[in-house]
Amino acid sequence: MSNKFPLLRKAATVVALSLGLTGLASAQNPVLKIGFVGVTSGPAAAWGISNQRSMETRAAWINETGGFEIDGKKYDIEIVSFDDQKDPKRAIAGMEKMAQEGINYVVGPNVDDGAAAVRPVAEKNGIMYFPYAFPKSLYTAPASNAVLGMVANYQSGPAIYKYLMEEKGVKKVAFIAANESDPLSQRDGGVAAAKALGLEVVADKDTYQNDTRDFVPVLTPVLRARPDLLVLSGVAPGNAPLLIRAARELGYTGLISTETAQDAQVLQEGAGELANGFISVGGASTPEIRTAAMEEFIDRYTKMFGEYNDESNTKVYALEYILETIKANPASMADVEEFKKTMDTFEAKNIYMKGDATLKYVGSTSFGQKRQVSVPMVVNEYMDGEFRTLFIAEVD
Amino acid sequence: MEQAIVNGLYLGSQYALIALGLTLIFALMNVLNFAHGQLYVLGGFITYVVYGQLGLPFVLALVATAVTLALVGAAIEKFLFRPVIRRSVREESTMLLAAAIAFFLDAVILLLFGEKQRGVPKIMDGLLNWDFRIVMPYDRILIGVLSIFIIVGFILYMQYSKPGRAMRALAQDRVAAQLMGVRVDRYSMIGFALGAMLAGVVGGLLVTITGVNSGIGGPISIKAFMMVMIGGAGVISGAIAGGFILGMMESVGLFYLSSYGDITYLIIFASLMVFLAIRPQGLMGKPWG
Repeated sequence: MSNKFPLLRKAATVVALSLGLTGLASAQNPVLKIGFVGVTSGPAAAWGISNQRSMETRAAWINETGGFEIDGKKYDIEIVSFDDQKDPKRAIAGMEKMAQEGINYVVGPNVDDGAAAVRPVAEKNGIMYFPYAFPKSLYTAPASNAVLGMVANYQSGPAIYKYLMEEKGVKKVAFIAANESDPLSQRDGGVAAAKALGLEVVADKDTYQNDTRDFVPVLTPVLRARPDLLVLSGVAPGNAPLLIRAARELGYTGLISTETAQDAQVLQEGAGELANGFISVGGASTPEIRTAAMEEFIDRYTKMFGEYNDESNTKVYALEYILETIKANPASMADVEEFKKTMDTFEAKNIYMKGDATLKYVGSTSFGQKRQVSVPMVVNEYMDGEFRTLFIAEVD
Repeated sequence: MEQAIVNGLYLGSQYALIALGLTLIFALMNVLNFAHGQLYVLGGFITYVVYGQLGLPFVLALVATAVTLALVGAAIEKFLFRPVIRRSVREESTMLLAAAIAFFLDAVILLLFGEKQRGVPKIMDGLLNWDFRIVMPYDRILIGVLSIFIIVGFILYMQYSKPGRAMRALAQDRVAAQLMGVRVDRYSMIGFALGAMLAGVVGGLLVTITGVNSGIGGPISIKAFMMVMIGGAGVISGAIAGGFILGMMESVGLFYLSSYGDITYLIIFASLMVFLAIRPQGLMGKPWG
């Protein structure tokens, strides 16, 4: 190369060095690819971004510390992501992309219709996927490739309502949900659970458009029924502070709860002290139950992405389950049928939670087979900028 | 009922302000600005940073938002819309450009401000409570009043200022205005800047009540288009009427129909379809454009 093109030569050197370094890195460890198909843009971006970033944070941490050991061999973890834009058609395209890349394990999608849409693609291509969607048909036989990545509302709802009946004297409950499939199905599940417990349901039809910005008109008729408890079914983290604020500003003084994970900073900024007492569900979310590993995860996530998202307290788990299960049965790396066999007996230490907590698959009661990760069901109360543990329960 | 009416008036004042900027840009340039909602979001985030993060006075944050959005609007008109309008007579070209700007701004805002819902401290505490028949926090009342002041200020500006008169002349007949010496490029840019500024200011005002997040631009644009269609595209008074009509329909519908499920918007959309079939130019628009 002549000296006429110094810039070109420099660029070529940089490219060559980069390729060399990349080759060196990949020469050190083979790569294990794990997929993510979920929503990382548009109004529901917060759900998927916390998923994707949790996976990327954990993968970077593993890779930095020498890789993940499976059967005596270290692997670098690579996260392959696809934004489905909360569109089932794109979710299918995402799952097909994962299949084309030879990926056997995928986290996501984030919503019911996306999770249902990818089922045929996942089953045809032998992909295990970990949705954050609640329809029981995804996890009940003959379905066998989906594993619920969190606690479902029909599992956490009854526990919360029972606690509030006994501890706070709740008698009348009102439900409000966004007019979308996930929140509506969560509302229906919540209404059934509340009625089964003997609670009086004073509102169960009120809904709102998910893009609503001002909830005063929506809540005005609901609160006229004067409930003791207002349940925000399947509420998106972005809408929770707006609903809470509107309810409090309309003079509502009762309890407010949801069965989805929330973010303390979002509540703080959006509703301030009006959010005090708001009850939600999280993973290893409160300082008193976190291990040093969880603290390190939060620290690494914050350094990588600027700020932490409390939804990741739950979403940190899916990748951990995939890797630990493959570790327990290395044959499952290439064969998901081996993975399924391992799920029934699998058990590993939960590094994110203090005490004897273990990673294991559950769901026998709800689905008739173990198709759910065992995430600690930590019921939190928001107070002055942080979550406090109300009680901890387990799903079986 | 009193609460529903008050809620409707409050919503209407917000909506009218959102629709004003959109209809102004349409009137001046015949451009359907699909990025209007994204400009609203950008305004909300600038107020969030200046007032919520840097702790500077709210009024200063609003001024910073207005200036920034005016500059962004002027730049969009000068460097994007003007060359496209000059080279293409097809309306689809500007529509595609507007859609591209909307997607671009969505991505940039997500990158810059993250995926989370953001909010700022209340600008005023306290509550008006008339025997629980009308309950309205003071900050909402303040924002509603400020919105009405801005709307009145905008109307006066358009009515009596030199740029306002020039822009109205452009909106009425672009060629005639040009022949009378109105500098089309200059006033198109001012108009676009003013429209973007209005979107940003309402975003800045409402961040104190409803917060802001990066994904709401699209839905805001859709609502703004609905208001403009009701009132008549390109007509200032029509946008204001459309805003108040939509706000009142939402509020009263939600109040009386909530027990039947989410049928309020179903009824609003169905009514809009019937209305447009009968009067496609909207309440105050002209059938010929």
